[in-house]
Amino acid sequence: MKQYFLLRTPIPRPMVWTMAILSLVLTIASYVWMSENAVGNPEKETFFPTVNIIAQTSWQMITQNHAMILSDIYHSTFRVFAGFLMAAALAVPIGVLMGAFKIAESFFQPWAEFIRYIPVPALIPLFIAIFGVNEEPKIYLIFVGTFFPLLLMVADEIRRVSYDLIKVAHTLGASQTEIMTKVLLRSALPGVFDSLRICHGWAWTYLVVAELIATNEGLGIRIMKFARFIQMPKIMLYLLLLGLLGLILDMMFRQFNRRAFGWADTSKK
Amino acid sequence: MKLEVDGVTRTYRSGNRIVEALKSSTFTIDHADFVVFLGPSGCGKSTLLNIISGLEHPTSGQVVLDGEAMTGPSPDIGMVFQQYTLFPWLTVEKNAAFADRLKCNGAKGQLENDRPRNIARRARKLLKLVGLEDFSNAYPRELSGGMQQRLAIVRALANRPKILLMDEPFGALDSQTREELQDMIQLLSQVEKITVIFVTHDVDEAVYLANRVMVFSPAPGRIVEQVTIPFGPARDPSLKLTEEFLTIKRNLKKLISKDQTPSYSRKELLELIDSSRS
Repeated sequence: MKQYFLLRTPIPRPMVWTMAILSLVLTIASYVWMSENAVGNPEKETFFPTVNIIAQTSWQMITQNHAMILSDIYHSTFRVFAGFLMAAALAVPIGVLMGAFKIAESFFQPWAEFIRYIPVPALIPLFIAIFGVNEEPKIYLIFVGTFFPLLLMVADEIRRVSYDLIKVAHTLGASQTEIMTKVLLRSALPGVFDSLRICHGWAWTYLVVAELIATNEGLGIRIMKFARFIQMPKIMLYLLLLGLLGLILDMMFRQFNRRAFGWADTSKK
Repeated sequence: MKLEVDGVTRTYRSGNRIVEALKSSTFTIDHADFVVFLGPSGCGKSTLLNIISGLEHPTSGQVVLDGEAMTGPSPDIGMVFQQYTLFPWLTVEKNAAFADRLKCNGAKGQLENDRPRNIARRARKLLKLVGLEDFSNAYPRELSGGMQQRLAIVRALANRPKILLMDEPFGALDSQTREELQDMIQLLSQVEKITVIFVTHDVDEAVYLANRVMVFSPAPGRIVEQVTIPFGPARDPSLKLTEEFLTIKRNLKKLISKDQTPSYSRKELLELIDSSRS
């Protein structure tokens, strides 16, 4: 027993799986227990439908309403990726400059630190005033929510590259530009992709906020609409969808990182 | 190849104080010489090495290589650091031939046109010479500390520098590996007919490798003595046991420990210990 509780010591593979399954089973079991207990109590019954009811409703939705579900997934995914890709396309080069040159850091850092502390929902009125109520404010909201943290994370990854590597490249005759691309960026790349993975997760958080702006279709706004009629089983289905989508995309990121950066020691992350 | 260090000084500003890291130093190093900078930490030996490499600028004075004043790092001067500075994303062979991928290799126009191809070929040859050929496709993290340092040396030499600077290169290695690498660098410097400037605080290492030892002293950092080591080019570990070697070592040790911590006789020491007890 003791060998499973040693600081930072790996445990055998079967134990890892046992724990993962145990945590799933425990969570589901406690929900089942809670919902079964609620049967007969009209108030609780509405908020905690039994697994059976959730499954039945979900099946119904999937068989009869799949056009709506797919359209919601499509709209939300589009917004997330539009905002997130725009943020990545700008934050990575600017972050690299910030990490590499003190002068760029001094220029961008104050704004980045300032805006990072403004809660994104507080920007909704401003964004509606500037961008109207179509797709633009939603995408820009996700952009702002992910751009600034990503900027600082990328700059940090560049700063973390050992100065000795820069020195050695200099003595081998590398120019500043070559050190930027062949040493700094190359060395920070696994960290940068990991930052992208983490910020991509935040983009989904801001999606739900963004879809509060005059939206008809989308995973976030659909949950709000279900909530108006206290349709808990449908909400549960959509929550599962959101979680699964995030999990799948996260796993794709991880897989890519592992394949592309086998040289890096990723065990620390 | 001729390197002239001409009145080089270096001062730092630390708050309101001005710290003299290196007092005026002037000397010349000839082709294929093996010079060791010896001294305790904080004596300016690494500072001077960094200035020669072009990574740091002198406060006054200049470094002249073959009649041309140095203005910054140049492929003519290679460097090996104490910590492993290999590129972790490149295989052993690609690390060794890193300079091959740099466009600026013809920067000063003094390099042949076919240099890029030569770097890769030289890298392979040198890897073989230091016994790393079987690891060509391995990544640095798969190598032991000694192997990593061999690779760092190969990478610097493959670039065909005129001078190789080494900043306590074997300081992080165990004594067995350190002795192996001492013999290796001695061999390589003679095969390559290259000038080496080697920084260490290990007197044994200094006497074993050097043709000339420059003894540094701290506060302010300066060269206090230049000692020519009379042993020929072919040296092997048995040399370290000869009377002559030990005499030189003793003399150098005296030079280093001079004007540092006060030295006591055995009797004085015992008295000190006694008085601290009561």
